[in-house]
Amino acid sequence: MVEVRLGRSFAAAADGHETVEVEATDIRELFRILADRFPGLVPFIERGIAVSIDGVIYRDTWSKELPAGAEIFLLPRLAGG
Amino acid sequence: MGFDPSYAIREFKSVGTRPLRPDGFDKVTGRARYGADFNMAGQLVGRILRSPHAHARILRVDTSKAQALPGVKSVITAADLPDLTNGNSDLFDILDNCMARTKALYDGHAVAAVAAVDAQTAEEALDLIVVEYEVLPHITDVDEAMKPTAPLLRDTVFTGGVDPKPTTPSNIANRTQFGHGDVEAGFKEADIVIARSFKTEQSHQGYIEPHACVGVVNADGTGELWVCTQGHFVFRAQCAELLGMDVSKLRVTSSEIGGGFGGKTHIWAEPVALALSRKAGRPVKIVMSREEVFRASGPTSATSIDVKIGIRKDGTITAASAELRYSCGPYTGPWAMLGAMTAFACYDLKNVKSVGYEVLVNRPKTAAYRAPSAPMAAFAVESVIDELAAKIGMDTIALRIKNAAREGTQSSYGPVYGPIGIGPTLEAARKHPHMTAPLGKNQGRGMACGFWFNFGGQTCTDLNIGIDGTVTLAVGTVDVGGSRASLSLVAAEELGIPYEQVRAVVADTASLGHNDMTDGSRGTFSSSMALISAARNAITVMRGRAAQMWSIPVEDVAWENGHAVAKGGKHGNLAPLSVKDIAAAAPKTGGPIAGHSELVADGAGVSFATHICDVEVDPETGGTKVVRYTVVQDAGKAVHPTYVEGQYQGGAAQGIGWALNEEYVYGADGRLQNPGYLDYRVPVCSDLPMIDTQILEIPNPNHPYGVRGVGETSIVPPLGAIANAVSNALGVRMNHIPMSPPRILAALEAARAG
Repeated sequence: MVEVRLGRSFAAAADGHETVEVEATDIRELFRILADRFPGLVPFIERGIAVSIDGVIYRDTWSKELPAGAEIFLLPRLAGG
Repeated sequence: MGFDPSYAIREFKSVGTRPLRPDGFDKVTGRARYGADFNMAGQLVGRILRSPHAHARILRVDTSKAQALPGVKSVITAADLPDLTNGNSDLFDILDNCMARTKALYDGHAVAAVAAVDAQTAEEALDLIVVEYEVLPHITDVDEAMKPTAPLLRDTVFTGGVDPKPTTPSNIANRTQFGHGDVEAGFKEADIVIARSFKTEQSHQGYIEPHACVGVVNADGTGELWVCTQGHFVFRAQCAELLGMDVSKLRVTSSEIGGGFGGKTHIWAEPVALALSRKAGRPVKIVMSREEVFRASGPTSATSIDVKIGIRKDGTITAASAELRYSCGPYTGPWAMLGAMTAFACYDLKNVKSVGYEVLVNRPKTAAYRAPSAPMAAFAVESVIDELAAKIGMDTIALRIKNAAREGTQSSYGPVYGPIGIGPTLEAARKHPHMTAPLGKNQGRGMACGFWFNFGGQTCTDLNIGIDGTVTLAVGTVDVGGSRASLSLVAAEELGIPYEQVRAVVADTASLGHNDMTDGSRGTFSSSMALISAARNAITVMRGRAAQMWSIPVEDVAWENGHAVAKGGKHGNLAPLSVKDIAAAAPKTGGPIAGHSELVADGAGVSFATHICDVEVDPETGGTKVVRYTVVQDAGKAVHPTYVEGQYQGGAAQGIGWALNEEYVYGADGRLQNPGYLDYRVPVCSDLPMIDTQILEIPNPNHPYGVRGVGETSIVPPLGAIANAVSNALGVRMNHIPMSPPRILAALEAARAG
């Protein structure tokens, strides 16, 4: 079980939840469960959500493991120049 | 076993050296081929007809006279680029920007295009196209566009990020909010609270090379595109989708690039060239004029920002809040969100809140510009930080060090930081001799910090061992800042061979798997990670070949200093085999030798910089001269330090231009008044001092060599650093960028008037 912080930017699409507990071992599983639980998040997941694990931001590595006790934070996908 | 990108301490032989740049000779002799330098047999000249109105409904487009003109081979309108976006609103916006469909949304919006046998005929044909417009009220100011009474750009846009969902359309495309704690409670704990409002004008990336491409679509559905871009694979994907082509049928080659800075991460004229070619049956070349570049491509947001920060007399910040309003042109993007995320990222704040609003205006589509959106937010925040320091009588660096984010700080955008470099850059700046150098008359000193995320992305690379043992690298990230040199250094390092034996080329889209753009400061970070992986794969192959040559088990072969060596006493008489030896034997040991790598480079690591600036302001003319400038930034590991310094200097130079002169000026009619380098003045060499740099190397734990991206962060602090310097020189707080002579004279006049 990991605690996932959605932040205010995604909470509105997740029935107002800013923090959720999810039984997930990697990012792929996390998104699958979040999509089932909060369909409002699906468009954001499809467009791209970055996952910060202990402060390191992962945009595409959906196989990344979610260690127990890690700080997991969802962020909008970033753009760069 | 998968590739492990974790950092490991090592002694470097090639990485960290400064060999001559491999592209230098071609560039200074004019041999380098840029976007406009490529030609195809039988190519036509493409020209685009652009709206003269800031906002107008397109009632009718009559191309019959243009089509009848001898020498004209094709004429297209939006009807020739039908909507194939299948509900993808982001892609639809790209399509609509490339060719207006029902409304022209800014001065310069494309409404039709022609391809003809020569430029004169093409331009004559443009004059023969009749467009009937219904001119609509327009809006170019970001604050004005937010008002309910403002002309509405698009009736399909409803403000996102608010609850309940709006039922009426708005120019406010989106609202985002970041932060933690209770800012109102935090402001009550403060001894001093300062609230200020700031504006920054729209600036252009100012790349020297205009957008240019030549494309062909054949009758069998195949096509080719030669183009100046930061990401030919992404251009291929978007063009193929807009034209209904198979991705694999469109081969895209990137040219040398005369600057991009984010402006060449977007497609503009490329689908138009391909659509013209498809209709004409011949290749079509489009080269934008400078005026077209300014009117119809690439500017950053104009902004309006409110910042409020509370502080105790001991220098502890108790709360900080900001509202950031960013113009987006007619199409939404993440621009205010990025400003809201980065505004307070340098600081350790108990109570922080930032709210961003993306606002649609009748200006060209906002494009990414080097750490997009962060410089404007940093300008506003760093200005207030400086004012607070003066108010409590504390040294401006000491105040920043006291409140700097550190490992374990919850960032203002959410996550807790790991090891980060803001503290070290501030400490280095504090110790730098620049901070204590004497100032002359009418001079002022300012400093500021900046933050940028950096990111990686999809990356595919090949490393090919030649028959003589020299090495060719095929990379898919466009070289915008010296990555061919840095990637060659990395390959030489990993293989253990001299840099001179490696050559890197940017391969076309038919030669490699998909690569994301060169953006987010990812070129060297991502492709070097992939190349290290590819080199290790090639070493595995070469160890196997050496084992065959020696007839010993591969487990007994190690790779040391660029050679295969046999391990163990029983192989003691076997001389090491070089890459050349192994390559020479390759035909009889299994054929060609190569290493490949396909990966997603993630974990780029956030980046911080601190800049110091001295200016001299002429109180008679309002003119400002930057007399000294110092950049301190963390590079993780500087692969080719000269290029890293170049990135630092380039970001600072662009920031200086933005801070002091560069500005889109719109007339009351909504038309751009200064679409050229005569009236939109970028700094030239004689305007600038030698920009001093200090590279810090705090290894990124998520890259084998500790590399971080370096291309973007250097443009974040300049607006704030220069504004603080000018304000200190004048004794008047400057809150509007650019601080052009008229604005400085007006500020002085206002101060005199009290």
